[in-house]
Amino acid sequence: MKNLLLTLTAGVAGTALLAGAAQADTLRLLTWGGYAPENVIEKFEAETGHTVEVTMSNNEEMIAKLRATGGGGFDLAQPSQDRIKGPQEEFGIYKPIDLSKIDADQFTASMLEATKANSTVDGEVYAVPHIWGTSGLIVNKAEAEGVKDYTDLCNPDLEGKVSYRLKRPTLIAFAFSMGMDPFEAYGDEDAYTEIMEKVEKKLIECKPVVKTYWSGGDELLNLVRSGEVVAAMAWDTGGWKLNADNADINFVAPASGALGWIDTFVLPAKGKADDAAYDWINFVMQPEVAAMITESAGNFTASKGADEYASDTLKAQYQGSFSPEAVDNIKWYPPVPAGLEAIEGGILDRVKAAQ
Amino acid sequence: MIPDLECTGLTRRFGETLAVDDVSFSVPAGSFFSILGPSGCGKTTIMRMIAGFLEPTSGDIAIKGRSVLDVAPNKRPVNMVFQHLALFPMMNIEANIGYGLRRAGMSKGDIARKVDEVLDRIGLPGIGKRKVDELSGGQKQRVAIARCMVLEPDVLLLDEPLGALDLKLRERMKIELKSLQAAFDTTFVYITHDQSEALVMSDHIAVMNNGRFEQVGAGQDLYYRPETAFVAGFVGDSNRWRGTVERVAGDAVELRTETGLTMRAAAKGQAANGGAVDIFVRPEAIRLAREPGDLAGFDNRLSGTVGSLLFNGAASRIIVESGEAGGEIEVTLPQSGEFADLKRGAPVHVGWSAAQANCFAANGG
Amino acid sequence: MAAHARIGFVLLLMPILLWLVLLIIIPHVDMLLISLRERVGVGEYRTSLANYVTIATEPLYMRTFMRTAVMSVLATLITLLIAFPVSYYIAKMARGRVRSVLFLLCLIPFWVSELVRTFGWMILLRETGVISQFLQWAGLVSGPVEMLYNDAAIMVGLVYTSMLFMVVPLVTTLDSLDDSVIEAGYDLGGSGWSVMREIVIPHAVPGIVSGCIVVFMLSLGNYLTPTMLGGKDSLWFTEMIYSQFIVRFNWELGAAFGFMLLFASSVIVWGMLRLTGQTLERTMG
Repeated sequence: MKNLLLTLTAGVAGTALLAGAAQADTLRLLTWGGYAPENVIEKFEAETGHTVEVTMSNNEEMIAKLRATGGGGFDLAQPSQDRIKGPQEEFGIYKPIDLSKIDADQFTASMLEATKANSTVDGEVYAVPHIWGTSGLIVNKAEAEGVKDYTDLCNPDLEGKVSYRLKRPTLIAFAFSMGMDPFEAYGDEDAYTEIMEKVEKKLIECKPVVKTYWSGGDELLNLVRSGEVVAAMAWDTGGWKLNADNADINFVAPASGALGWIDTFVLPAKGKADDAAYDWINFVMQPEVAAMITESAGNFTASKGADEYASDTLKAQYQGSFSPEAVDNIKWYPPVPAGLEAIEGGILDRVKAAQ
Repeated sequence: MIPDLECTGLTRRFGETLAVDDVSFSVPAGSFFSILGPSGCGKTTIMRMIAGFLEPTSGDIAIKGRSVLDVAPNKRPVNMVFQHLALFPMMNIEANIGYGLRRAGMSKGDIARKVDEVLDRIGLPGIGKRKVDELSGGQKQRVAIARCMVLEPDVLLLDEPLGALDLKLRERMKIELKSLQAAFDTTFVYITHDQSEALVMSDHIAVMNNGRFEQVGAGQDLYYRPETAFVAGFVGDSNRWRGTVERVAGDAVELRTETGLTMRAAAKGQAANGGAVDIFVRPEAIRLAREPGDLAGFDNRLSGTVGSLLFNGAASRIIVESGEAGGEIEVTLPQSGEFADLKRGAPVHVGWSAAQANCFAANGG
Repeated sequence: MAAHARIGFVLLLMPILLWLVLLIIIPHVDMLLISLRERVGVGEYRTSLANYVTIATEPLYMRTFMRTAVMSVLATLITLLIAFPVSYYIAKMARGRVRSVLFLLCLIPFWVSELVRTFGWMILLRETGVISQFLQWAGLVSGPVEMLYNDAAIMVGLVYTSMLFMVVPLVTTLDSLDDSVIEAGYDLGGSGWSVMREIVIPHAVPGIVSGCIVVFMLSLGNYLTPTMLGGKDSLWFTEMIYSQFIVRFNWELGAAFGFMLLFASSVIVWGMLRLTGQTLERTMG
């Protein structure tokens, strides 16, 4: 009898403890490198009492991880906005965002609206924007002045000095550069396949010029820094980082338009600490905090007014790469319909295997 | 006649250590020659130099009169039976025995014929297809010898091949080895630390110690006429005293042991007045008697009591405790049965002649 | 008493059973089921062999697989050729300190992670890397040489990564060969080569086979080395599995690839054992 009582008491005490813990949760954040810098986490933990566990990843791995657990294991994830709708329809790995818990005033309105529109499935909104950036060209002006567009990477004069990834952005970029509009064909598998086959031909034709298909960001930065590669397809912050070391190298918005992406906040379907997740979103969207993240990640955020806090160097680099027309010309990724990856996958495999 | 094996001034150093020190000997054709010595005496080094696995520091090795120093081990007309036999476990018996013939480039048919022949000779016909680990210890032994003999070497070296066998089998293999040697009519050079193996099988034995040959001779010579204290002590059992020479008369000396016993003995080598000597008396050279009068003819006489009886069939002994001797004396019990009723503590008398007491100048050892 | 013993036995067996069932058998069954699924629409699947048909009919996949298998076999053979003399030296010739030092040298690459090791090779082999600069400094070449991003670089990486796994079983088996057996080989008229061929190698076969199996499996399943050191043409099978699972969200095909790899590597290992007349018990036991 006494034992039973003891057990009961212990149980009650335990429950009480658990309830207390609900106030200060552990936030398991699945994000990109640089999106949750130490100083921001410290500040957040001090203000809210939550603790943050960061797992760094990329788009594909985030979705693969969430798919493997059916949307469990993390409380907040940050895939790009084009990777919300398709995976949600196919695997159901996210849960809708309660917009009433988000401080919408902190967001750049146009970007918030665009992301909401792009991430709506069955009338529910699944994502809000966080960080945006572009990919385009990194060019060493001293060596490869003539590279203005993606297809210029095929110039035989640059043989063995060019690099790009063998991933879907490259396919899309080449399609635009070849005068086609792959986004237009997203809904039509046949039309999309046709475009991709043309891109495949072009990429195979260009293969002799390529030094290597890079796979890691540091790998590419090393290749360009050492001068082994003089023109590459990459993302903007990489170019600006290199520009700081060598003025000849800079990010160039291609003639056919840089590709714009927005990384978002989503709630994994089996996330346990939603409150902490909302706290984090509202916390990092404050302009000062957003500026700290910009400093660490190199990219601008969707936080309204954070630009004022950004460093002058970054602003100058941004303006150097993007004229107002180039900004208008940015091609924003629309949501990827489920199934397109299979088509692209076959193309990429064949390009890689081509002799 | 040219000896099958002749070593002259053979020396081998390992760094500072002199493993083999200026050893010379020759082995006549068709004889069984043993090198007997404690472990570490250098006998294995000699064997490995003859086989060609080691180069002598100086000296020469000649086989059938021809120096083999510049002949590689795989070309020397000597073969070796290794301590653990070193049969090739990855081959069957046939392939093991045929290995050397294959290396010599003999045709398949001839090899098969010779292998069968040698298997017959060692009394194991029809085991050619068996695996090495299916054989008993004695069979392996014979196969190892056959594997060498099929090559008809001038000299067969055997490196303590009986060491791994149990006692009973070892006794049998001694006899078998001797008869195999006779059957093949080949010169055997056998190294061992077991005196009984050497004494039973060999025509000649070299007793080796500290890199040198102490004495070379037939078994009887070594046993009955040891030339050095080491040989006297190493070959066979002995009662042993240390003493000082008191008087020298030709080969006969009179001496006093450290325990105070006066003894007459036969001097081997140099024995000078006042010199320290070691005296060896074999247990079977000592006569046992119940009455002192029975021993009147002996130069040395003692009385004491039976300390203990060591029954061992034909080799039974008693330990006589004697105050005069300053300790214990081992005495072989005669087989005539006259002392069968001897009890512990019984008074006895012992005696031995001066000729049976070998005395050597002590060299500190 | 007997019941106690039984419980003890079951408890002892529990960790390995749990490990086998939870971490090996269940995931594999799950993978097998996934590989037998075909996606027919958004979130809709049916059971079919479509994925295996795709593998059989798409020449790219078969070619990549063959390429991976052939390169792995080649890497295994090269590793064996380099590791055998090294192991022979360690087991039969080196003594005392030298022996431990040599063994340690084989072990050192494993003190750093595979990633760091691969980066090391990249630093050495790249166009602006150490070797290229040394060759230019020595005047042997006029311009920078690119040694990275080709099949030879993959081979170097694979062999380097595999060395230890070949050396350890070889040293162990060679160690167990009595020196006097080798001497007997010479004594009975064998030359260096014939002793090697008839005595040392036959004795070392279990070690050679187990080393080869391990190295082959490691090479076949290696992901980092081929992707990082390999060139733009260097498609590796594990890379395809990775991209099916992670990049293409096509778990069904990825699982089928996985099973094909499992099946084919089992066949190759089985063939290797048959060819050398070894059994798995003897080589792994």
